[in-house]
Amino acid sequence: MDPMEAIRQTYFQECDELLLAMEEGLIAMEDGEADGEVINAVFRAVHSIKGGGGAFGYEVLVGFAHVFETVLDHVRSGKLAPNGDVVKVLLRAGDVLSDHVTAARNGAGEVQDGDVKEELNALSGISPDGDDAAAAEMEGVVFTPIHVEIDDAPGPAPGTWRIRFAPHPGLYAKANEPFLLLRELGRLGSVEVRADLSGMPELAALDSDQAYLAWDIVLRGCNDRAKIDEVFEFVTDDCELDIREDVPLAALEIVTQTPSPAIQPADPTPAESPPTEKKTAGAPQAPAEAATKQTIRVDLDKVDRLVNLVGELVITQAMLTQRVMECGQARSSTIGAGLNELEHLLRELQESVMAIRTQPVKSVFQRMPRLVRELAAQTNKQVHLTLDGEATEVDKTVIERLGEPLTHMIRNAIDHGLETTEERLSAGKPAEGKVTLSAEHRGGRIVIEVTDDGRGIDRARVRAKAVEKGLISPSASLSDEETDNLIFLPGFSTANQVSNISGRGVGLDVVRRNIVDLGGRIVIGSVAGKGSRFSLTLPLTLAVLDGMVVAVGNQTFVLPLTHIIESLRPKESDIRPFGSNGRLLNVRGGYVPLVSVGDLLGVEDAAEDLAAGVVILVESEGVGRTAFAVDSIIGQRQVVIKSFESNFRHIEGIAAATILGDGRVALILDIDGLVARCREKSRSSEMQQAIGA
Amino acid sequence: MSLNEHETGQDRRQYITFLATGQEFAADIMTIREIRGWTDTTALPHVPDYVRGVINLRGMVLPVIDLKARLGLGTTEATAKHVIIVVNAGERTIGILVDAVSDILTVTSAEIQSVPDVMRESQNEYVEGIAVLDGRMVTLLGMTKLTSSFAADKSFEQAA
Amino acid sequence: MAKTILTVDDSRTMRDMLRLALSDAGHTVIQADDGIHGVEVLETAGLVDVIITDINMPRMDGYGFIEHVRRRSLNRMTPILVLTTESEPAKKRLARDAGATGWIVKPFNPDKLLAAIRRVSP
Repeated sequence: MDPMEAIRQTYFQECDELLLAMEEGLIAMEDGEADGEVINAVFRAVHSIKGGGGAFGYEVLVGFAHVFETVLDHVRSGKLAPNGDVVKVLLRAGDVLSDHVTAARNGAGEVQDGDVKEELNALSGISPDGDDAAAAEMEGVVFTPIHVEIDDAPGPAPGTWRIRFAPHPGLYAKANEPFLLLRELGRLGSVEVRADLSGMPELAALDSDQAYLAWDIVLRGCNDRAKIDEVFEFVTDDCELDIREDVPLAALEIVTQTPSPAIQPADPTPAESPPTEKKTAGAPQAPAEAATKQTIRVDLDKVDRLVNLVGELVITQAMLTQRVMECGQARSSTIGAGLNELEHLLRELQESVMAIRTQPVKSVFQRMPRLVRELAAQTNKQVHLTLDGEATEVDKTVIERLGEPLTHMIRNAIDHGLETTEERLSAGKPAEGKVTLSAEHRGGRIVIEVTDDGRGIDRARVRAKAVEKGLISPSASLSDEETDNLIFLPGFSTANQVSNISGRGVGLDVVRRNIVDLGGRIVIGSVAGKGSRFSLTLPLTLAVLDGMVVAVGNQTFVLPLTHIIESLRPKESDIRPFGSNGRLLNVRGGYVPLVSVGDLLGVEDAAEDLAAGVVILVESEGVGRTAFAVDSIIGQRQVVIKSFESNFRHIEGIAAATILGDGRVALILDIDGLVARCREKSRSSEMQQAIGA
Repeated sequence: MSLNEHETGQDRRQYITFLATGQEFAADIMTIREIRGWTDTTALPHVPDYVRGVINLRGMVLPVIDLKARLGLGTTEATAKHVIIVVNAGERTIGILVDAVSDILTVTSAEIQSVPDVMRESQNEYVEGIAVLDGRMVTLLGMTKLTSSFAADKSFEQAA
Repeated sequence: MAKTILTVDDSRTMRDMLRLALSDAGHTVIQADDGIHGVEVLETAGLVDVIITDINMPRMDGYGFIEHVRRRSLNRMTPILVLTTESEPAKKRLARDAGATGWIVKPFNPDKLLAAIRRVSP
């Protein structure tokens, strides 16, 4: 890749990080928790975005960032107090800056920043046309007014300049070297240099920190005064500098004071370096102490390779154990004990390796405050968002796929969950609605909750809607929980009018699908008039799964434990034929559809007699319970997920595969996919009603 | 039929030839990762008959297809003598069941002829050309086309 | 002449741009993320030819870093260039007061960067 393009990509990656840091800081300011360092961090973030943007010529972005930065600088220096109104403007400016970054990244799109820019300018007390500094910055050119007093007479061709240069001690203290400047002058034309040693004291009185030398220089063949100024740019305040153009004779009289070159002992060669400190290349000092927590950046591929290798190691270990047991070795034998120890160590190794891939959920959570601000503005509601548990860590892949469902749930909470301000007030609630987004580890999984203190789910309305849409039969008797879950059914939408926020063609069914794809589940809790809570439970990693291994005919399958409610041995009398070729199973008085996994997956020699096998009761969100008949249960274990989709294609009803202890491949079933398949197969029959019931 | 893959780069290419249904086929040697004996597969549900299932290839779950069936010439009765060619092409790795591997050939582009129209449509899709060497006719298969043909294969939906 | 140059900047973009421009000119580049890191890096790297530092950085800003280097490090006579923008002339003065040798105005082009280095290092 073109190196500049690579840097451009780095820039946008960095912008994302900086925008997050900025937003975090601004929110701390809003909550009144910002100290000087937080404000500094916000300033730095905007400053860095501006700096990089300038390098790539994103003028509009830089222009806006500059105005924003100016206000932040005032806040930083204490000129402007970050009160509520100021922070509100800053937050909006942050959003606009983020839009500018997006527009720059896409190379398209115009950002309406006029209003915010005006407010920012008002805060910093600048008239609207005060953008000049930023404009000048874009050019990267220093504009220095040059006063050269020359008549309009035809200028003398190649300029000759007389320069007097007498360094002050400070020049050396800042590591400037006259010799280098003289060398630079030499690049502009021919140079004649005389050292003025008149200031030299007696050798004994020589102080190495003082400056005694001066130079008189004649430069010929340079037409550009600016170039000469540039050479001395760094030292103008640390020396006596006099630059005059050697005016041709005709004009000589106008200039009354020509430099009096009281040149004493002339030395035609450039003076040697002044007496500076001698540089000694000493041995590097040992680092004083191990500083802050050290981190390294590692290519994700390397980590994944490690994860895979450890996964294979776990499988090999399981195979080895199985072989040893087959040889008649008892678990208690020395070999058995050794294998046991190995298994423990491998478990630990696996956990440590998985931990490398984890990241705090903060990166996703941090995107939500802006969303809430925008939704609050669009819906005319007052919303306060609280984030909790941002430091909770979860696998990177999970984080990457969390953004969309969370965004949708927050939208849903604000659009449908929270009442309008008037409704809230008349219900005796505070005008400002509360939405909380939290994360925590619970039982080896991560639980993410979106809670609102809004109106709660109107179950009567949900039910009516579901009947109207033909999702349930009018006579179906549903528990509160089952009613709440209806909103996850495809094609369900409670809003009477499609609102322009939640109703963008994506329903909660898609959210649920996304979560299930991640191996998670979603649960709703709701109290009328008090609010709703959506709980997502997700695995910490997508690389392993707790499963139940079952046998069906000559095949072995794995069912994700997350979907399993219980397993039972059915009695012949509990199985009832239903409809054309369906069956129902009586589970403690309630009937659930009974499906043979062997039939469903077309397995040869699967047991015909369902009563002779085992039934596993599974639950798929939004659909309810289904009984899966299998031949027998082999056991429960953690399996390493091996996807073959990228090598092949998606196979309906199959989530992935794993490798068992004997080295054979077993398929991991996609329970929701299978249940959906059953429903489809029996759509014409009365089964559908039964599922609703 | 595009011959681009053969015309670019060097003029000569090495092929591995293998037998299926009594015909000799060849695949670019650069796409072949390994050749292994037949092992029983784990069947996949609701797939067309050319998909034999998946096997464990040193920790990787490898889909295996039956070349004969894929070309619409009937299914192979796999025995211990049959082989699986592990192909890596077009960012996918799959196993291909064939009768036997026979030879390594060097073919120059001049020796490659385009496909006669009389060949069946289902074969035609993956055939890149025909090479005639010492009176032998070898059918050159495009592995990238073959490995990427499953994603859009409608017969999966029919099988389901 | 090939030089060893330390760049101190919290912006990855800026570090990458400096590295590209400097290494294209044949210089060896050492990088640090902020002032404290810069001090640490110098402790192990020893004497470098030029230091280029940003001003606004977390933990220790450019002024602090320059003062530290000028006060007690092996590199106290090493030329230090600060990265600055045209909108902040006051910062040049502050940086000079802290002991900076010169400055580079962002956005810089590689020629200006190399010219600035030539003016401060043999």
